[in-house]
Amino acid sequence: MQKFKEFPKGKINNVEGNCILLKGDDIDTDRIIPARYLKCVNFESLGNQVFADDREEKNGLHPFDIKKNSEASILVVNRNFGCGSSREHAPQALMRWGIRAIVGLSFAEIFYGNCLSLGIPCVKMIEKNLIELEQLINSSHQFRCELDLNKEILISHQNSWPIIINQGASQMLLSGHWDATSTLTKANQEINIVKSNLPYLNQFKIKK
Amino acid sequence: MSSGTLFDKVWDLHKVKDLKGGSTQLFIGLHLVHEVTSPQAFSALQEKNLSVLCPERTFATVDHIVPTHNQNRPFSDPLAEEMLYTLEKNCKQHQIKLFNIGSGNQGIVHVIAPEIGLSQPGMTVVCGDSHTSTHGAFGAIAFGIGTSQVRDVLASQTLSLDKLKVRRIWLNGELSNGVFAKDLILHVIQKLGVKGGVGYAYEFAGPAISKLSMEERMTICNMAIEGGARCGYVNPDSKTFNYLKGKTYSPKGETWERAVKWWESLASNRDATYDDEVELEASAISPTVTWGITPGQSVGIDECIPEKNPLEINDHQIYDEAYAYMNLQPGQSIEGVPVDVCFIGSCTNGRLSDLKAAAEIAKDRKVCKGIKAFVVPGSEKVSKEAKREGLDNIFINAGFEWREPGCSMCLAMNPDRLEGTQISASSSNRNFKGRQGSAKGRTLLMSPAMVAAAAVTGHVTDVRKLKAIQ
Repeated sequence: MQKFKEFPKGKINNVEGNCILLKGDDIDTDRIIPARYLKCVNFESLGNQVFADDREEKNGLHPFDIKKNSEASILVVNRNFGCGSSREHAPQALMRWGIRAIVGLSFAEIFYGNCLSLGIPCVKMIEKNLIELEQLINSSHQFRCELDLNKEILISHQNSWPIIINQGASQMLLSGHWDATSTLTKANQEINIVKSNLPYLNQFKIKK
Repeated sequence: MSSGTLFDKVWDLHKVKDLKGGSTQLFIGLHLVHEVTSPQAFSALQEKNLSVLCPERTFATVDHIVPTHNQNRPFSDPLAEEMLYTLEKNCKQHQIKLFNIGSGNQGIVHVIAPEIGLSQPGMTVVCGDSHTSTHGAFGAIAFGIGTSQVRDVLASQTLSLDKLKVRRIWLNGELSNGVFAKDLILHVIQKLGVKGGVGYAYEFAGPAISKLSMEERMTICNMAIEGGARCGYVNPDSKTFNYLKGKTYSPKGETWERAVKWWESLASNRDATYDDEVELEASAISPTVTWGITPGQSVGIDECIPEKNPLEINDHQIYDEAYAYMNLQPGQSIEGVPVDVCFIGSCTNGRLSDLKAAAEIAKDRKVCKGIKAFVVPGSEKVSKEAKREGLDNIFINAGFEWREPGCSMCLAMNPDRLEGTQISASSSNRNFKGRQGSAKGRTLLMSPAMVAAAAVTGHVTDVRKLKAIQ
């Protein structure tokens, strides 16, 4: 695990750092954080346990153990990353290890939402560009990039690739409102209106 | 864009407001809570000095970490004990109803909420668990959420969400004998893929779905998430209403009459528009078994483990990974693969009808020597009912262990787990690497009857060849 980096807070315009490449489709949240590590009442110790079983199997050769990746912030993945269980422990573990943004071909939905609520952007790239990015990461000692959410690009020293980000997510990150609680709790009046109109909360009396 | 579907109607009813950037603030009608994904949410609430907005719409139980052997307190695992203690403390502090061990209503959250009538048509249902899609069987929009969202729902009874597209999966015909809801959903996921449902809600419809019981519909919707769809649902019909009638939390008397009328109005319109439609033939489905490391990697019992499809280059890596991890070869028949452990239970298949189907096979047979086989009822109610029908004795006489309710070896957050490279025949929902508690453990997903068949023969067996012994 990396030495402590500040967790995301406030407006997130960009994420800058070294890239770490994790190949493979359908990497599920059980692999990101095996269930036995979910026995906890806080998230604090999860950073060490990220990809625990995969890392043990690879015996030091897993990307999360390779020395050149030790400072990485931008995780590069393939398709359907984060599928399976809804456990927020998965993005929590990645964040506590040091990941601050994820770039890939596609993401599982619950995982994507969980990342957003921690201030970790998950952005997509088209396959051709992702392959190019993978090659550059593989051929460099360390490959540094900046994810610019305003311009919707990923830029390196010599390259610039367009990224695809959901506009709702983008808005939340750029405005600093990705921690949805404060926005949601403000709508008390509207919440009460919906509640008082829902048949199943009102003896099934239908209001017209 | 879809219109006139149940999903659209329920979504619109719960819409609080549009948020900047195009997301919707959606009201949540039922929030289910368990011990694993809630403690950090309650802590966050405390840090922000917020309270639970609708404790009367929030219900809790304990399921993931409970031991299924001995449930006396304190649990022998201090971490498990701490998690339940924390849940008890949080529920007490926030006045949330907790269905605790021994209450008669404890069990896997997706088993208990339907059986006490909490899950109803037209609701939005969430829980910090991806298998919340189960409750869609009632014609609800039900989906799993992460811990930050649990916090949001506790604080505001709402969530910020993007509307899903709706795909109707129309199933013609009917399931043949020996073929179950589990086979149907494994088949659907095999055809549409584990990523096929990303961005969609799945509406399961058609003659084969109408014929299914409520428990079978729950099995189908439970695994929508394994096909990538965050929620799956079935339009409510007379079976839904019959199931709900008389349940603890179901409406009664005149309210019941009004409820049924409203529920009927929620079903997708005949002329509803879908974002996508798929048609499959239920009578063509055989008992289905997974051979790989995703729930989409399955075959019919009479088929062989597939070769890589030269046209699907993107799948080659996960196929190679699966062959190596499972130690199974393409071209090998799935029937006859020896198993070490047989597990009947989980939120997918831990209900009474599942136990009955398995008991029919286990009756007057014996678990094959050297195989560990156990049955974990999904809830205290299921357990009680099964005992009343004598199912526990059928299993025990056959050499199965009969356990207390909980999630058990579905995800092995409790003492039930695989060891080393053991291979299990499992009625659960995920065959991911390491899922059942051993980093090298292997899982073959199948119906409860198929698990029972594997237990008595020692290997993957076509349940249709094992007739019930009368």
